[in-house]
Amino acid sequence: MTPETKQILFEPLVDNNPVILQILGVCSALAVTAKVAPAITMSIALTVVLACSSLLVSLIRHVVPTNIRIIVQMTIIASLVILVDEFLAAFAYDLSKQLSVFVGLIITNCIVLGRAEAFAMKNPPLPSFLDGVGQGLGYSLLLITVAGIREFIGSGTLLGYEVLRTVKNGGWYEPNGLLLIAPGAFFLIGLIIWAVRSWKPAQVEKPEYQIQVVHRTEVL
Amino acid sequence: MRKDSPLGTVTVALVLCLVCSIAVATASVVLRPRQEKNAELFMHKQILAVAGLLEEDKPIDALFQQVESRVVNLDTGEYAPDIDPATYDQRKAAKDPASSRSIPKGGDIAKIRRRANYAPVYRVRRDGESDLVILPVHGYGLWSTMYGFLALAGDGRTIKGITFYEQAETAGLGSEIENPRWQAQWKDKLALDEQGQVRFELVKGGVRAGGPDARFQVDGLSGATLTADGVTNMIRYWLGEQGFGPYLARLSKEREQT
Amino acid sequence: MEAYLSLFIRSVFIENLALSFFLGMCTFLAVSKKIETALGLGAAVIAVQTITVPVNHLIVEFLLKEGALAWAGLPEVDLSFLGLITYIGVIAALVQILEMVLDRHFPALYNALGIFLPLITVNCAILGGSLFMVERGYTFGESVVYGLGSGAGWALALVGLAGIREKLKYSDVPAGLQGLGITFITTGLMAMAFLSFGGIQL
Repeated sequence: MTPETKQILFEPLVDNNPVILQILGVCSALAVTAKVAPAITMSIALTVVLACSSLLVSLIRHVVPTNIRIIVQMTIIASLVILVDEFLAAFAYDLSKQLSVFVGLIITNCIVLGRAEAFAMKNPPLPSFLDGVGQGLGYSLLLITVAGIREFIGSGTLLGYEVLRTVKNGGWYEPNGLLLIAPGAFFLIGLIIWAVRSWKPAQVEKPEYQIQVVHRTEVL
Repeated sequence: MRKDSPLGTVTVALVLCLVCSIAVATASVVLRPRQEKNAELFMHKQILAVAGLLEEDKPIDALFQQVESRVVNLDTGEYAPDIDPATYDQRKAAKDPASSRSIPKGGDIAKIRRRANYAPVYRVRRDGESDLVILPVHGYGLWSTMYGFLALAGDGRTIKGITFYEQAETAGLGSEIENPRWQAQWKDKLALDEQGQVRFELVKGGVRAGGPDARFQVDGLSGATLTADGVTNMIRYWLGEQGFGPYLARLSKEREQT
Repeated sequence: MEAYLSLFIRSVFIENLALSFFLGMCTFLAVSKKIETALGLGAAVIAVQTITVPVNHLIVEFLLKEGALAWAGLPEVDLSFLGLITYIGVIAALVQILEMVLDRHFPALYNALGIFLPLITVNCAILGGSLFMVERGYTFGESVVYGLGSGAGWALALVGLAGIREKLKYSDVPAGLQGLGITFITTGLMAMAFLSFGGIQL
């Protein structure tokens, strides 16, 4: 694997994660991560759409007129998403029921359009495809991590298998309901961002306003 | 032709539309039979589950042979012989003014706004324990409409099972309606009293075991009062006059005669 | 009338697209640094949403859904699988038209909004609004009210967050949480506040 390929594929995992650094694809990162199973399905669906759309956009990048390029990109993305949706309903019906509205929201998932515009329009097909895969992997890593924590602490299960026996099922564990609802996901991602930025200080944002420290010289 | 010229733009747009539409339309048409079969299998699985007939290693189609599907006219309680239960879509019918009616506000305790004129019912006929009537029910909870199946014993009063196959209530709270342990409480509870009035309810805080009405009651859901109220109202609506009441009354009359 | 009012209140507070369904988060987090820009984007979102939801409703009603093409003599045709592409097309077209109209007749507003106008096309809240409208089967009147309400709710949440972030500028936030991290946590707290609207029966 060449260094460039490595960089394209692995940089988005932590150093350039689409969700927690580029602020792309956040909506679905919050909505489908209450349990691990839909998160995995969403990750795979997104990675497939992202890789294929980047490939297709890159293939036609020289013939697309500038003033309709956004709509062209979106048409390709939308068609791919409909195809994924149809395949899920045909071959993985239970999963498709869980994802319902959100599969459609891959179309406006900022990652897909963002990478199409920022990378695929300016690069050859193979690197674009790999970029799609890499960004998809970064997104998947974050999604599955968040879902794993939310399902484990929020329901005591992982992938539907009971790990901590909950009180409702005759056990000892009182599940933390906060993590299963909206705000819990926000807090969790905030904390993950804190952890990642403590590990990689390069990602820390500069504060807009520097708090002035005033030295006290008089004795109180 | 330059790509940014008007002609170039229109050409690219047209070609793109053509290619995309063909791809999407082909997939949709080719996959539709599979999708419809999946949807049907899913519903059959739910019905078998609530009837307690689901077996791990047997195919759903084979197991569903035991179930008799009929369509019932909700107002009269009579079977409608000319409607095919395999293709009748109650949800769709409820939206069509020709095959449904809107429920006046006061009577819409399940908050479903419209009610189709006909509904599918499923019977498993055997003697004694296994004679079941399975009714499709739906009602609004806190965030969403909950769809499920209620299984009643042959007497039309004793509940033999409940299942929810579609709901979007609060995860961990209202969505506990899908928890099999909670659903197990419903078994052998009575939905109607001796006079045929619907008495079933979910009780906030839990059922008092020795209480006079315990046979009509099931524990509520802690932290999910509104979802629980939605479930109670749903059962009351569908077992009442506006729902399957007339049908169940006709069934009990038939039973008295045999 | 009452039903419309209750639908409006519901879509602004109880089913807030940003804080209950997490739609439009990317722009929500990125544009919420200043109240002025938040107000501008919010107004644009309300405008786009109020127009696209009813327009998409009409398209579904008369072109796409099963039996919709009966007026053209094609009652068996079911084009609902073209839904997603159509809604996106409508939204993109509308944003483009809005851009042109603003540029021509309200240049001051157009300049104030700048890049955020085309950004509305990729706002999941706009598409989400149309998708919910279809899933819940709203009538035309309800679509208008829902479009207005859901757009207003999203804008309200955005301006609220911008207000809080402007105050947070002067707080001693830990380095790792600076910017995006603390914004997520703040949004989480706002979402918790909005949970209190849950279950209000109107």
